[in-house]
Amino acid sequence: MATNILSLPEQEFMLPGNRACAGCSIGIIFRHVTKALDGKAAFVVPASCFTVLCGMYPSSSVTVPIINSVFPGTAACASGLAASLERQGKTDMTVVAMAGDGGTADIGIQALSGAAERGANILFICYDNEAYMNTGTQRSGMTPLAARTSTTPTLGKIQPPKDMPAILEAHGIPYIATASPGYPTDLYDKVQKARDIRGTRYMHLSAPCPAGWHYEAKDTVAMAKLAVETGTFILAETVEGVYRLTGRSLSMAKAGKRKPVREFIRTQGRFSRSSEEALDELQQWVDNRWEAAVHRHETS
Amino acid sequence: MVETRHCEQQTAMSWPCAGEGGRTGDWRSMKPVLDPAKCIAAKKDSIVCMLCWVFCPDNVITRTAPPEIDLEYCKGCGICMEVCPSQAITMVPENEGQPALNVEETGCDV
Repeated sequence: MATNILSLPEQEFMLPGNRACAGCSIGIIFRHVTKALDGKAAFVVPASCFTVLCGMYPSSSVTVPIINSVFPGTAACASGLAASLERQGKTDMTVVAMAGDGGTADIGIQALSGAAERGANILFICYDNEAYMNTGTQRSGMTPLAARTSTTPTLGKIQPPKDMPAILEAHGIPYIATASPGYPTDLYDKVQKARDIRGTRYMHLSAPCPAGWHYEAKDTVAMAKLAVETGTFILAETVEGVYRLTGRSLSMAKAGKRKPVREFIRTQGRFSRSSEEALDELQQWVDNRWEAAVHRHETS
Repeated sequence: MVETRHCEQQTAMSWPCAGEGGRTGDWRSMKPVLDPAKCIAAKKDSIVCMLCWVFCPDNVITRTAPPEIDLEYCKGCGICMEVCPSQAITMVPENEGQPALNVEETGCDV
């Protein structure tokens, strides 16, 4: 049975008064990830916004073990930790590598690819805020088409982002899922499902960022939901190679309804200078991805 | 200067503590105020709805009826106001009721 909001556990593994920005979606993500793992997890975190949330020595704002790793070695560090825990017989602990989009798609990709190839027993979570947010919004490999960052042309990025779940799927790992903080019960269920699978598991999470996307902090949840409702972010999971849409994306595919992308990006300052042609190109890119996903869902 | 290997510190481990980033309530310019007359959980006096608790990114809202907001650490992002289905939470300016400052009174020479 799918979890509902009232059946989510009450115990928290994140303390208030941390350094994350007001309205940061990582707080929502981390709370529900740790709830799903019941706190029985060891995290490996590279340089990222999440390190900022965890805090500075000698205090920490999370009550689960966290290792701060080097930027390119997150998955390698997690692989070693998983091997060590297994040798000690601590099989109830899940090793979670939690990195941003830079630590996953750009700097951390070789270690992640190596860990996936070795089949290391880790859960790799990428929270995708679509740029290097804690260093000043530099462009990353996951920044969407037409979005402006501090290192893109003034009118916005000219390349579409990488398709990380597809890259990981090519490694033949047992579980790949996408989830969004706008749908926390879906996120909770997927983390629990990933917890019970052995091998390398990958989760790609949408993480709206008020500071980098230039919208008001109160709209974080609305942004996460709009990203899904416009088809910009597709909720899906791939279990042993079988792809299926889940949650809101599944109901949207059944109803055949989808909001235009402009509704999602209208309130985001990072798209404010994008030309109409660039936004049309973005809409076309979203349409193509959505149709491919629905087709794949129906045929697999 | 003490060399690293002579340092008294036993481990390089951090310990959990609330308020790691200070009293983050100071960051706020608007504070959330919950109206129990509109809140669904408060009206039914049972654990229902709880959307504000689920979506609070700073874990400052309790899972109780009515939910309580810890203003010491609330950063005032306003997500709870946006997700509340019955508009029971409103954002009120932090300095409401205080007299507005003007340049002459502050003695600031600008």
